[in-house]
Amino acid sequence: MTASAHTRTPSREAPSGRGTWRTHAFRLVKAATTPLLPEDYVDLFDPLRTTSQLRGRVVSISHETADAVTVTIRPGRSWRGHRPGQYTRIGVDVDGVRLWRAYSITSGPTSGHDTDGCIAITVKAISGGAVSTHLVESLRTGQVVQLEQADGEFVLPEALPSKMLLLTGGSGITPVMGILRHTINRLDDVVLLHSAPRPEDVIFAAELRTLAANGRISLQERHTDVHGMLDTAELDELVPDWRERETFACGPAGMLEALETHWETADLADLLHTERFRPALAEPGNGGTVHFTGLDRDVECDGAQPILDAGEEAGVLMPSGCRMGICFGCVLPLREGSVRDLRTGETTTASPGDGVLVQTCISAAAGRCDIDL
Amino acid sequence: MTALQKKEHNPVAHLTRDDIEALGKELDAVRADVLEARGASDAAYIRKVIKTQRGLEMGSRALLLGSRWKSAFVIGTIGLTVSKVLENMEIGHNVMHGQWDWMRDSKIHSTTWEWDNASPADLWKHSHNELHHTYTNVLGRDNDLGYGIMRVDEDQPWTPFYLGQPVWNFVNACFFEYGIAAYDLELGKYFIGRKDKAVFKRDAKKVVNKIRAQVTKDYVVHPALALLTGSARRTLIANYTANLGRNLWTHSVIMCGHFPEGVETFTKTSIKGETRGDWYLRQMIGSANIHGSKAMHIATGNLSFQIEHHLFPDLPSNRYSEIAPKVRDICERYGLQYTSGSLPRQVGSAWMKVIRLSLPNHLAARLKRQKRRTPVVPTALPSQQPASATPTAA
Ligand SMILES: Cc1cc2nc3c(=O)[nH]c(=O)nc-3n(C[C@H](O)[C@H](O)[C@H](O)COP(=O)(O)OP(=O)(O)OC[C@H]3O[C@@H](n4cnc5c(N)ncnc54)[C@H](O)[C@@H]3O)c2cc1C
Ligand code: FES
Repeated sequence: MTASAHTRTPSREAPSGRGTWRTHAFRLVKAATTPLLPEDYVDLFDPLRTTSQLRGRVVSISHETADAVTVTIRPGRSWRGHRPGQYTRIGVDVDGVRLWRAYSITSGPTSGHDTDGCIAITVKAISGGAVSTHLVESLRTGQVVQLEQADGEFVLPEALPSKMLLLTGGSGITPVMGILRHTINRLDDVVLLHSAPRPEDVIFAAELRTLAANGRISLQERHTDVHGMLDTAELDELVPDWRERETFACGPAGMLEALETHWETADLADLLHTERFRPALAEPGNGGTVHFTGLDRDVECDGAQPILDAGEEAGVLMPSGCRMGICFGCVLPLREGSVRDLRTGETTTASPGDGVLVQTCISAAAGRCDIDL
Repeated sequence: MTALQKKEHNPVAHLTRDDIEALGKELDAVRADVLEARGASDAAYIRKVIKTQRGLEMGSRALLLGSRWKSAFVIGTIGLTVSKVLENMEIGHNVMHGQWDWMRDSKIHSTTWEWDNASPADLWKHSHNELHHTYTNVLGRDNDLGYGIMRVDEDQPWTPFYLGQPVWNFVNACFFEYGIAAYDLELGKYFIGRKDKAVFKRDAKKVVNKIRAQVTKDYVVHPALALLTGSARRTLIANYTANLGRNLWTHSVIMCGHFPEGVETFTKTSIKGETRGDWYLRQMIGSANIHGSKAMHIATGNLSFQIEHHLFPDLPSNRYSEIAPKVRDICERYGLQYTSGSLPRQVGSAWMKVIRLSLPNHLAARLKRQKRRTPVVPTALPSQQPASATPTAA
């Protein structure tokens, strides 16, 4: 997992036209629509056209398992494409409140289909999960959703590895499926070790089994209700040459942690690439009051709650990204006071006037703190 | 009206401390119910209003491009006026109050919204949300009481300047958006040397830029586009008319909020140490409602539910009509005036006050119709109930 910084401020400038006449024309239209933007009116007819807010339209929804669906989305005009393995962020209105979550892109290249140019995500409903249950149960074809450009470093290197091991658990199959669908024809030796509670819980089961039957991958399905969780000690037996394989892993936090330790102990850490869906958390500390300096607002934040969530619940428009500490889409300057990293429990303190950049999605308040927004 | 505390018959004297706290709890419960129920239907409501307004504006402006034809001119002008009213009242005012912030939609949020009005959003938010809503009807603190150019309360000292206030008020109504801009800029405060120069310069620049953009749109760009069909002059007239219509309407609605007879004012010292219950009480008896049709309510931005709006300025406006009966019931039980009247009546009452108080108090008193208000009798005051029957908030 690699961190990459992004600026997520949507460009509000004129599309950089070739001739200056276009810039002039755009200026004129803007002068005619002020204080709104021309696109606010275009939105009335075609919500996918705007350039400053990427959106997508749900083209189809199909069931994968009892609690997982694949949602095919036609992204708006400004979609810049993705690399297999990356995720996109999707924003949906749940009970009128816009919530954003990251989902790996599972679609492969399409050609000659009416879904060309579309992307797909595959969502597993988590009990009590606000967005995942909404997507699985309430989303309808034709609806417009908010999107963000694809992001993430869980992608294959330029030079494709000759031997690969894919280690996945549950919905962690999703980014790997995206990779396989795009690249399988160029990969020689792929072992996929996938864990799910029962056979019927395996997402993409038919497609994976076909790939295996055709000899494209070597598939090992593990049904944890029967065989128990994968133990790293078993690896030597299951995949004897795992040490030689470039490994891509995605699954529950506990599984990823165990794998990371195992690969580190074997001194092979750089052969392991992981994708996390949620951060592993440390014991929470005491919370505090967050003061948003620009808004001059105080928001109470308990010790286990990310400042991002607390701010959003109070109606503050917070910048955000993956919501789990990898994309830096949520950083804000900490001017004064302390915050605690929810993953490590470490605190970061700013002396008055400092502007330490902190990730609000994995930081909780540790006492009173001033954050610039 | 006179400041409550100086009144012969103080309309809240019958309330004990406990009554006021019980009142606060009941109103908190009303608020909690709305927060609980707030959801997809509310979000759909505001999106629909915004969509309707933008569609209406586009359609009207398109018609005006051909306004050399009379029917296009007439329909376009009416449409644009209605659209501007909707934009300022049901949408702009309420979005900037943060009523829709809970949706977390960056396009419909108090921190990003800008409205079709001469006053820049951030200046308006400061003078309206932070000052007026906090110091509602507190003499010397709430500048909305006469906007600093009028005397609307017997306790504001009279000077000969006020003799002209019926005229000022009419002029202000016609140019209301610029009046608001000047007011939000605290122009008056600046002239008497009570506003920081640097802050004033910064704010003035914002106002000038905003006004320039607004004027360019309505009086240059759209008429210029209409040149193509020879409709420039008519477009200019239509845009002016729409702005004027919107100005007169918003001015009337806003006058009705706090100026009609029956509304109470307060002294500066009276709000020291105010509890939540006291605050609610002040908002309740310091505001007046307008009753009428649903269309009228929407056109006023639901400020026709001024009492409910002042109690809960950040609740979505579409919910005010729903909680009004509850608030009214609380008023009845606690023996408080719930001031409400039809639009013509409230506008008339507010104007009457402006005219009357242009004269010094002894003359103004003669003009006052001596209609003694029947005191409101509390029907179920907690302090007068046996302990077990106290209506408490759930
Ligand atoms: C880079 C990235 C890619 C992702 N790709 C996918 C994907 O392809 N498919 C997919 O289904 N999800 C994916 N996720 C997870 C997804 O973003 C959401 O976190 C997930 O759908 C839960 O969101 P929710 O709103 O339903 O749950 P929330 O309302 O946020 O959480 C409800 C409860 O469930 C717990 N919870 C949250 N996530 C999980 C989890 N994964 N397992 C168990 N409990 C959990 C929370 O701690 C909380 O107690 C990805 C996440 C990231 C960061
Ligand atoms: S690091 Fe991605 S949202 Fe915080």
